[in-house]
Amino acid sequence: MTTATPFPTGPISSVSGTTVVVRGDDIDTDRIIPARFLKCVTFDALGPAAFADDRAELAASPAGPHPFDRPEHQGASILLVNRNFGCGSSREHAPQALMRWGIRAVVGESFAEIFYGNCLALGIPCLVADHDTMLAIQAAADADPAASFAVDVAEARLGCGNQTWQLDLAAGPRQMLATGQWDATGQLLANNTALAATAARLPYLSGFAAA
Amino acid sequence: MSSGTLYDKVWDLHQVAQLPGGATQLFIGLHLIHEVTSPQAFAALRDLGLSLRHPERTVATVDHIVPTTSQARPFADPLAEEMLATLEANCAEHGITLHGIGSGRQGIVHVIAPELGLTQPGMTVACGDSHTSTHGAFGAIAFGIGTSQVRDVLASQSLAMGKLKVRRIWVDGQLQSGVYAKDLVLHVIRTLGVKGGVGYAYEFAGPAIAALSMEERMTLCNMAIEGGARCGYVNPDQVTFDYLKGRPFAPSGAAWDQAVAWWSSLASGADAVFDDEVRFDAASIAPTITWGITPGQGIGVDETVPTLEQTEPDERPLAEEAYRYMDLQPGTPIAGTPVDVCFIGSCTNGRLSDLQAAAAVAKGRKVAPGIKAFVVPGSEQVAAAAEAEGLDKVFVEAGFEWREPGCSMCLAMNPDRLEGRQISASSSNRNFKGRQGSASGRTLLMSPAMVAAAAIHGRVSDVRTLLNP
Ligand code: SF4
Repeated sequence: MTTATPFPTGPISSVSGTTVVVRGDDIDTDRIIPARFLKCVTFDALGPAAFADDRAELAASPAGPHPFDRPEHQGASILLVNRNFGCGSSREHAPQALMRWGIRAVVGESFAEIFYGNCLALGIPCLVADHDTMLAIQAAADADPAASFAVDVAEARLGCGNQTWQLDLAAGPRQMLATGQWDATGQLLANNTALAATAARLPYLSGFAAA
Repeated sequence: MSSGTLYDKVWDLHQVAQLPGGATQLFIGLHLIHEVTSPQAFAALRDLGLSLRHPERTVATVDHIVPTTSQARPFADPLAEEMLATLEANCAEHGITLHGIGSGRQGIVHVIAPELGLTQPGMTVACGDSHTSTHGAFGAIAFGIGTSQVRDVLASQSLAMGKLKVRRIWVDGQLQSGVYAKDLVLHVIRTLGVKGGVGYAYEFAGPAIAALSMEERMTLCNMAIEGGARCGYVNPDQVTFDYLKGRPFAPSGAAWDQAVAWWSSLASGADAVFDDEVRFDAASIAPTITWGITPGQGIGVDETVPTLEQTEPDERPLAEEAYRYMDLQPGTPIAGTPVDVCFIGSCTNGRLSDLQAAAAVAKGRKVAPGIKAFVVPGSEQVAAAAEAEGLDKVFVEAGFEWREPGCSMCLAMNPDRLEGRQISASSSNRNFKGRQGSASGRTLLMSPAMVAAAAIHGRVSDVRTLLNP
């Protein structure tokens, strides 16, 4: 189900909303968005396809349905995961699918690097919790799916009612989110002179003529 | 902190500025694009009213969605046709060179850039595809990026990046006959884990690496990403220079000597400092094959599927999931596992030497009854070179299909795919659940020679017994 919540813009100081827990280590990008859905020239239709194969598999099993299909999680904006989430492909289709489903922040034990960077470039903070903290957060979320959680980006904290959990968010991404500069294009274009100077010192750009 | 490594030198040379968020702005020397991850980036550029800073440093091809049977236009799949038409229009609008179907230069992006001499030592190379690490084989710093970053490189020829640590993977000794770069890298990933390389660039070095051909080095660096390392590289040496000499986009004439001098100066020096080092012995590595659902779940072909007791405690849930999904029993030998489909190709193992190794196994033998086996060259150039040697005939006589170049059954974005619970022997790089196009399809990763052996026997078997009967 897609959400009416607007996509992230500007400074991101907090994300609040209900949660959805997707357990398991090494959940790869092909599971987040199966490759057959990548045949598209826009990201528009990806939201409903998030976890499509996992959802289909679980729908038919006694363990099902998948958390993304449970009524209590429709409209959730905080995704709670485990280790090495988003490993595999560099394709931005994975964070795009999650964002278009409604996810605005991810908390997990660890993230694959490219996935993490792709999320940041969309304004979706990925915060890290140690193993025991993560299990406690997931348990609290599952115990009360209707509860609203809040991610405090500046303090790298997750809160729900009177509970809080300390998370980790590196200084760079934290500042980029806080200042609204998580989308790098503007900054990169601003350094026009430095870009030209760097290009001028790379011998392969001048055909090694002046090397 | 590392210093004096090729990674440090190339990083320093390409640094543009420090950004407010703490990241470094890094100049990108070569930007490769393809039909899957570029259309949204071009659309974003259009929305922002931006143009390309260095269209001459951007090169395009089409690979993921192309059918490998008939490549006549329009493609039978209208979505695939739309993706290619969009790429063609974007390249025409922005003045980007597109090596398209029938140009003689089309193929998988990580196969064509090296063979055209576009990829060179000391460059930074980016592409919206995680296997961009392949280009590190030349002593380039090469990594995969997301679509927002593709947009950034198109607009500014640069990226916001954090510097990685550098781990040296030192490999002594020599690979045995029947053991290839694919086995080496599967062994490294099996040992260090799929997350072992997170935060690192891998420098592959040592006698066993120096002895590898450029194509083998590409196979090795291609899968660095499967070990969690965003880039992997090999220091440039005479093997690198010999490979590049005379290629269409390599320097020539007086520039060639200047280039070789510069390239040589970039290799990690004797005084280089690494953040970490791990050592391997090439001679002890057997043909290696995955049994599970991550590239780290690998074993020697003469081993048994690991039991839970043989598995690290924190890897056990994944092992249990893999037993269920793969329908393989812990403790049973992997050799003898029946397969349905045998696929030789991909950016990992779709180059000429890969096809030669597989053809050496297939020659004079027959694919077992009921097995679907097919060979997909990595590029039009690979196809032409293989056909000139008659490899296509060797394969066809043995009962393999000989296809047109593309990504094919490495992933499910074209008509080549597994059906239902089929199990494949595949020379590609990912055995994730559903990767090869069926949500319940299963993949065993191995070298192209091992895939050929599996095709002949209809089951997983040790290629060494066919090579040295
Ligand atoms: S061959 Fe496979 S891994 Fe390589 S670029 Fe194509 S889809 Fe990606």
